[in-house]
Amino acid sequence: MTISRENIEKVAVLARIQVDDDQVSALEKDLGNILDLVDQLGAADTDAVEPMAHPLDAIQRLRADEVTETNQREAFQATAPATEDGLYLVPRVIE
Amino acid sequence: MHNKTVAELARELDSGTVSSLELTQQLLDRIKKEDSKYNSFITVTEEQALADARAADEQRAAGNATPWTGIPFAHKDIFCTNGIRTTCGSRMLENFIPPYDATVTENFRKAGAVCLGKTNMDEFAMGSSNESSYFGAVTNPWGLDNGEKRVPGGSSGGSAAAVAARLVPAATATDTGGSIRQPAALCGITGLKPTYGRVSRYGMIAFASSLDQGGTMARTAEDNAMMLNVMAGFDPKDSTSIERDVPDYTATLNEPLKGLRIGLPKEYFSDQLSPAMEEQVRAAVREYEKLGATVKEVSLPNAKLAIAAYYVIAPAEASANLSRFDGVRYGYRCEDPKDLMDLYTRTRAEGFGNEVKRRILVGTYALSHGYYDAYYLKAQKVRRLIQQDFANAFKEVDVLMSPVSPSPAFIQGEKTNDPVTMYLEDIFTIAINLAGLPAMSVPAGFVDGLPVGLQIIGDHFAEARLLNAAHQFQQVTDWHQREPK
Repeated sequence: MTISRENIEKVAVLARIQVDDDQVSALEKDLGNILDLVDQLGAADTDAVEPMAHPLDAIQRLRADEVTETNQREAFQATAPATEDGLYLVPRVIE
Repeated sequence: MHNKTVAELARELDSGTVSSLELTQQLLDRIKKEDSKYNSFITVTEEQALADARAADEQRAAGNATPWTGIPFAHKDIFCTNGIRTTCGSRMLENFIPPYDATVTENFRKAGAVCLGKTNMDEFAMGSSNESSYFGAVTNPWGLDNGEKRVPGGSSGGSAAAVAARLVPAATATDTGGSIRQPAALCGITGLKPTYGRVSRYGMIAFASSLDQGGTMARTAEDNAMMLNVMAGFDPKDSTSIERDVPDYTATLNEPLKGLRIGLPKEYFSDQLSPAMEEQVRAAVREYEKLGATVKEVSLPNAKLAIAAYYVIAPAEASANLSRFDGVRYGYRCEDPKDLMDLYTRTRAEGFGNEVKRRILVGTYALSHGYYDAYYLKAQKVRRLIQQDFANAFKEVDVLMSPVSPSPAFIQGEKTNDPVTMYLEDIFTIAINLAGLPAMSVPAGFVDGLPVGLQIIGDHFAEARLLNAAHQFQQVTDWHQREPK
């Protein structure tokens, strides 16, 4: 299995990771090798098999609809790269 | 003192022959003097540790001691520690100071244990050699006397090396595809990956959420049991935590093994295993026969597909989990982003290392339009086949035994050029995570002066039985007491 240059560039955009031109050929090789490994899955007969999402097939627990958390905005925002007036700062989005 | 186990130290502290403060200072000095050889710690929390040790001594004097009061240990740097830097081995979190404790962290705090620092690891727990850490590779204490720098295994390589080098008697760890068992094996210590859901994942930085499980590392099975007593239990803050009673794991360590039914999966004694390794593992199984166990061959016909299924499921889940690192709310942010897209893409390109980026890209690809059924759904179906193989085996036997790794600790740099070669390091451990089972690595001999691990696999929630089997083995062998020169 090979993965094309275009596919790598598309996936990099989806994953929000900048990939420089000089990295693409190494990625073509590495991702191609990983996908070769993964292609062994095709050999398995899984026609009547249900996909398994949780090792114990447990279901999502529901909790009572009660307030359990306190507001800790300041503590949480203290770890942010840039904040102002309780807001996270990012480059201008709307001109 | 540094050669004593957790159980022995608990008795020393109890009898008053040593205080926690003395013990803590001794080990901190030892870390300062020795760890430049191993690089097993990312952060040493000296001041906090000394304060905690004083508080522990006061607790003991007041008659409020638990078995862990005043015992020094270390956390893998994947468990959030309130007010103490938690990096997950990544540049992305180089300066991240969590505003909260992981449940595992809180449990050890409540028990009065003294954390000496945070151990090195593969970046975001992705690796089998501890070479992907942003904070540098960890060196295995074994082999150094021959002038060789070998890997400690990964991803919990810092924890394993620190315990093997007698810098701490115990350390927490996590296991997504072998990250407790393989480093435990390569460093000659004892490690346990519990059943999925047994130990809370709250505050444990996520890699692949349906596979990640926190667990234990120490030199003896008894110490692993003492650790699990603190770590295991239901946690409402973790939606996949299991509501189920926690036994006292130390209470059944001395049960006799007579009649224990051991299965040897024939697929795990394949030609991928070196003959010298195989001989050590089979010799360990013969010890169990002497202890009254019976042995038969079993088959896990789909085990050969485990690596393939894992390298779809784990990267897919990782690509979703690691999307939270966006340079906005916490963690690394690139310099002078020109717009929002540039902020995201450059932050992530600069903040993540190569292996993490590879896995995010593979996972994104496997989940993307047109590939989801062929990769992700298919892998989840194969995952069920693998789990059914184990369920069938456990109808006939109580535990499974196998090697942990195909070969002993390898030289640093030997497998870094080809990711797939590195992935095959986990060939005997990865299926256990897919099935959500508990498993241990127990020291079982040496090949060329390097430790070999025996893997003991149990049915869901069979931790007490695994610890019992490992403890009994350690009463008649001394592999776990061997110390690197």
